[in-house]
Amino acid sequence: MLLSLEPRGQQSRAMLWLSPLLAALLTLASGSLLFALLGHDPLDTLHTLLVAPLADWYGVSELLVKALPILLCALGLAVAYQARIWNIGAEGQLLLGALAGSAMALQLLDWDSRWALLWVVAAGTAAGAAWAGLSAWLRTVFNANEILTSIMLNYIALNLLLFFVHGPLKDPAGFNFPESAMFGDASRLPLLGDDGRLHAGLYLALLTLAAVWVLLHRSFLGFQIKVLGLDRRAAGFVGFREKRLVWFALLLSGALAGLAGVGEVAGPIGQLVPQVSPGYGYAAITVAFLGRLNPLGILAASLLMALLYLGGEHAQMAMNLPQAITQLFQGLMLFFLLACDVLILYRPRLQLNWGRRSALKQVVA
Amino acid sequence: MDLDLLSNILYAMVRTGTPLLLVALGELLCEKSGVLNLGQEGMMLFGAVIGFIVALSSGSLWLGVLLAIVAGMLLALLFAAVALGFNANQVATGLALTIFGVGLSTFVGAAWVGKPLAGFEPIAIPLLSEIPLLGRMLFAQDALVYLSFALFAGVAWLLLKSRIGLIIQAVGENPDAASAMGLPVLRVRTLAVLFGGAMAGLAGGYLSLAYTPMWAENMSAGRGWIALALVVFASWRVLRVLLGAYLFGLASILHLVAQGIGLSIPANLLAMLPYLATIVVLVLLSRDALKTRLFAPLSLGQPWQPGH
Repeated sequence: MLLSLEPRGQQSRAMLWLSPLLAALLTLASGSLLFALLGHDPLDTLHTLLVAPLADWYGVSELLVKALPILLCALGLAVAYQARIWNIGAEGQLLLGALAGSAMALQLLDWDSRWALLWVVAAGTAAGAAWAGLSAWLRTVFNANEILTSIMLNYIALNLLLFFVHGPLKDPAGFNFPESAMFGDASRLPLLGDDGRLHAGLYLALLTLAAVWVLLHRSFLGFQIKVLGLDRRAAGFVGFREKRLVWFALLLSGALAGLAGVGEVAGPIGQLVPQVSPGYGYAAITVAFLGRLNPLGILAASLLMALLYLGGEHAQMAMNLPQAITQLFQGLMLFFLLACDVLILYRPRLQLNWGRRSALKQVVA
Repeated sequence: MDLDLLSNILYAMVRTGTPLLLVALGELLCEKSGVLNLGQEGMMLFGAVIGFIVALSSGSLWLGVLLAIVAGMLLALLFAAVALGFNANQVATGLALTIFGVGLSTFVGAAWVGKPLAGFEPIAIPLLSEIPLLGRMLFAQDALVYLSFALFAGVAWLLLKSRIGLIIQAVGENPDAASAMGLPVLRVRTLAVLFGGAMAGLAGGYLSLAYTPMWAENMSAGRGWIALALVVFASWRVLRVLLGAYLFGLASILHLVAQGIGLSIPANLLAMLPYLATIVVLVLLSRDALKTRLFAPLSLGQPWQPGH
């Protein structure tokens, strides 16, 4: 090969943060190429996708509305991924949070007190945690791989939600549409400002952001989680209890995903519908990695991801592009990120005599 | 239960189990070489959409199948480049492949949703297909199901009887030793990943050209993930993969059976069954941690570069 990789011997801190930027740029570049191939002017399309949606305050507030569930899910996933516990089930945990929150809100339709909201949010959060708790239980007691169980639970959660929205929770006065009744005002997250759909979930998300930052960077528990992720055996030798950490990481990430879900139904949607989430839980996986499993990085990445969602809707309306462009960019970005991450540990070298020299160097090193 | 119903159930079981069998065979070989590719779902969907588009626009089902295989291999190549070439984390790369494949297939297939296609028809083999009970299941299927039988035999022979199988397992168990013996570890792994991609693409093609001849976004509905569980369930043994695939096929058609006997359970609840079954099976099989570790290829999922 003409290009060879040479170990740096240590992590490059600069590349650690440059790599996501590089990945974003590469995604934009290949996106432009794709648009050109489809016969759209690349610059025009990128403008429609990424700039036009933010032209006014309404656009900015919509961006924040979309960023909230992604941010919450990704923060939780970051904690789990730091411990190398691969929770892929944020989508299911989010859906279950939405389902349980809705069930609670429909019970409390007539209760005109602010406490109603608290109950609704608590129900959703607890349900998300419980759903992830299933994966924790299956893993700690039965040694079942959490990737597979959490993915399976996503499909089960979706079917459960569909069952309830078509059955027990369907609005009796709703002309047989698969929707619940609208929640009472007391169960809704209050709106911020008169214009747009931005709601008090923003405060919850910012609070969570701060809490997760403290957890990961300033607490012993966070330290244990990181050690567990870096070296399971070492964590065992110093007496960190792996099973408890697995439980904690999964319950926390489930609770945050559940909170995201109940925030959607009690916030912008206001009722239970079949399409609570356009894949926020899956997007959060990309966001967690793109943000380097670091709360502040995740904040930036979730805003970018929300922009992709918003831009996808915009591009569909303005240029009739399929909305799947959002998912396509998500996947591309994660791919490019993983490829660019090679630069953190390795230095690329152009090689003229077919890599022999680098092999020699490696032997010497 | 009468014989006809049972014969129909067995027939549907094999039909439903076939995509799982194809993906799982590919992933089995891939995991045997030490690579964990979680991107099956993405490769399958891309194969399904490409196969469908090609078959519908060219009028040739077999060309569709061929291009579905190529599509799966293309995505597998992407995985190999990042996970093997660039040494990235295999779990993350596989997830990226699935997310990318889902997005790509939805994007590419947006204009093709709901278009009708005359898919593969069952071919009944004279005489043999009239054997009571088993005849319909084994000898009245479509061409791709027969192909899956042949592919099963091929993979089984490859893994159990051939020198190539030994090489693959050596690379998967201990890449350092294999490399010291002069085996090209990365090349073997890349080929195994490509084979996995081909099989996933073929499975996707089976879905969109034979099983339900149409394209719908996310039509694989988690089958790629179930196939991954299937490989664990089979404790990496090829005969058990066959058994497991049909067992899961049976679990997925239980709702038809329930309707057949007149039980009325909401469709959404019955649709959970295959996923529930997967979890239950995983639990039963993984309970013994030692056993799982003994059967899994030793270097499964660990990045490896020559000369470290």
